[in-house]
Amino acid sequence: MFDVQNLRYQIGRKVLLQGVSLQARPGELLAVVGANGAGKSTLLRLLSGDLTPTSGQVQFAGQDLGGIPAPELARRRAVLTQQHTLSLAFRVRELVLMGRYPYFRGQPSTHDHAVVTEALALVGLFELADRSYPTLSGGEQQRAQLARVLAQVWEAKDGFLLLDEPLTGLDLNHQHHTLDVARALVQRGFGVVAVLHDLNLAAQYADQVLLLRQGATVAYGEPAAVLTAATIEHAFDIAVELLVHPSLGCPLIVPCPRPLPATRSWA
Amino acid sequence: MPAVAERPAPTKTAPPLAPPPTDWRQRLLLPGLAGLLVGAVLLSAGAGAVPIPVPAVLGILLHKMGLTTSLTFELQQEAVLWAIRLPRVCLGVLIGAALGLAGAAMQGLFRNPLADPGLIGVSAGASLAAVATIVLEVTVLAAVREWLGFYVLAVAAFLGACGTTLLVYRLSKESGRAVVGTMLLAGIAVNSLAGALTGLLTYAATDEQLRSITFWGLGSLGGASWPTVLGVLPLLALPILLLPRLGKSLNLLALGEEQAAHLGLPVTRLKRQLIVLATLAVGTSVAVAGTIGFLGLVVPHLVRLVAGPDHRIVLPGAALGGALVLTLADMLARTIVAPAELPIGILTALLGAPVFLWILLREKRQRLA
Repeated sequence: MFDVQNLRYQIGRKVLLQGVSLQARPGELLAVVGANGAGKSTLLRLLSGDLTPTSGQVQFAGQDLGGIPAPELARRRAVLTQQHTLSLAFRVRELVLMGRYPYFRGQPSTHDHAVVTEALALVGLFELADRSYPTLSGGEQQRAQLARVLAQVWEAKDGFLLLDEPLTGLDLNHQHHTLDVARALVQRGFGVVAVLHDLNLAAQYADQVLLLRQGATVAYGEPAAVLTAATIEHAFDIAVELLVHPSLGCPLIVPCPRPLPATRSWA
Repeated sequence: MPAVAERPAPTKTAPPLAPPPTDWRQRLLLPGLAGLLVGAVLLSAGAGAVPIPVPAVLGILLHKMGLTTSLTFELQQEAVLWAIRLPRVCLGVLIGAALGLAGAAMQGLFRNPLADPGLIGVSAGASLAAVATIVLEVTVLAAVREWLGFYVLAVAAFLGACGTTLLVYRLSKESGRAVVGTMLLAGIAVNSLAGALTGLLTYAATDEQLRSITFWGLGSLGGASWPTVLGVLPLLALPILLLPRLGKSLNLLALGEEQAAHLGLPVTRLKRQLIVLATLAVGTSVAVAGTIGFLGLVVPHLVRLVAGPDHRIVLPGAALGGALVLTLADMLARTIVAPAELPIGILTALLGAPVFLWILLREKRQRLA
């Protein structure tokens, strides 16, 4: 599990994150939500080890994150970033196989190939396995990268997935499908930390929600406790109404209409 | 518990568990290139003012290994092959392999298919250092030269190559990552700076020095002898043997540096290894054969065209392909205007530039299609 205590990150004098503490446990989906620039991606990059905290600590499985050897860490947690460029025209199957690189030297085993195939089937790209990556649509590329990330921790015991805005650019069906996959992994004992933009999806799928505003925690806990009209208005600067989801019973967030501030030159 | 009902993630088709069939082109490329290289070596060793047919070449080689065969050859042929042709062909194979590998490694490192060692200033830096060594023959250097002998130019070219690579790499770094666009621009600037300084040295050079300098600009394998080959062997063997092992790592680098690090790749160490090995290859090649352009750029492209982008095949493919192309180019250079000799750098650029343009046009058409 990830144990984060009093995390602070700053560049020069600009404080991007301060006083954030959280526990991401196996068997739980933690959604990180907040406005643009609230520090969501910074938090995820601190969890993945891309950034080193200015102060505070990030522990993974009881060890300081920085002290875990990179190859060992790679077999236990995978990261899906927002950037999906690939500088060479690999085939989709080859891309997903890269998720297995931490497991073999030289040639991949039959098991590695089987994992690649299963991961591709899971994200619904089995038919496109032999297509060249650049020829895929944006959403398909994103799902291919998700398959690579899944293949990386496929058989890990209480492995972790860190997903930075995994739903951006996906259609309605695949947004839900991606979260279904995440939930299926959570069922198997995985821990998932996902930066999400859609509060309703967070309310529906997450076990825990962390709401950030200007680099600090607004609320942290179960979705129904965190996502209230007051906290959302505080974090996003927009008034919302909270309904109850007709079939699921979770909060359903509906923004209130408001007039656009007058723009002089349009008059 | 979340509000959503737990439901199993749907799978579409039951996937087969057998490994996917590998592309026949991927499987045949390396053996094919190796076979072609052997053929080219035998052909090239036989071509020239004293023609030696392939059976005779084989006969001489086997004779040198202590085997008696029924293959006949003349003593003159043996002398020519052993003292002149063979060291030259060996040098061509070594340098071709090293340059092909260096090109593939640089393209992988900078995540850009345009990153030829020449374009980012490595060759220019190596030439500058070599020219400086020739022209500024001060007493200190003369003493060093006495001590290092032949290696002084190689060492100078290597240091020059290292210096420019480091400079370009530093210039193109932004918050820990090399930014490709900046890298190419920095390469252009460093290239022209090194060119200007080389020009300045040329201006100050004596006639005798000028002749040596021209040699760097055009490139030639004409200086080959067994001492040269044995001299560069350790310097080129390192990149030739070590770079092909970095195939998996270079594949991961195509994802991006952070993404590669998430998969457990020691990115900083890998980048250092790549830079040191590629500059070793280019610096040494420039030291003994001058600048041989376009090989490092075009050969990896051709290999990818046939076998796809997997570096586990591209790297050995670029080594074999580079050796093959340089062996053939050298054979052409020696025979096309015989008894004179065309500098090989002219030939590789003359052939390489159109091939590269053809690749560009082909890729453009594919994108439009």
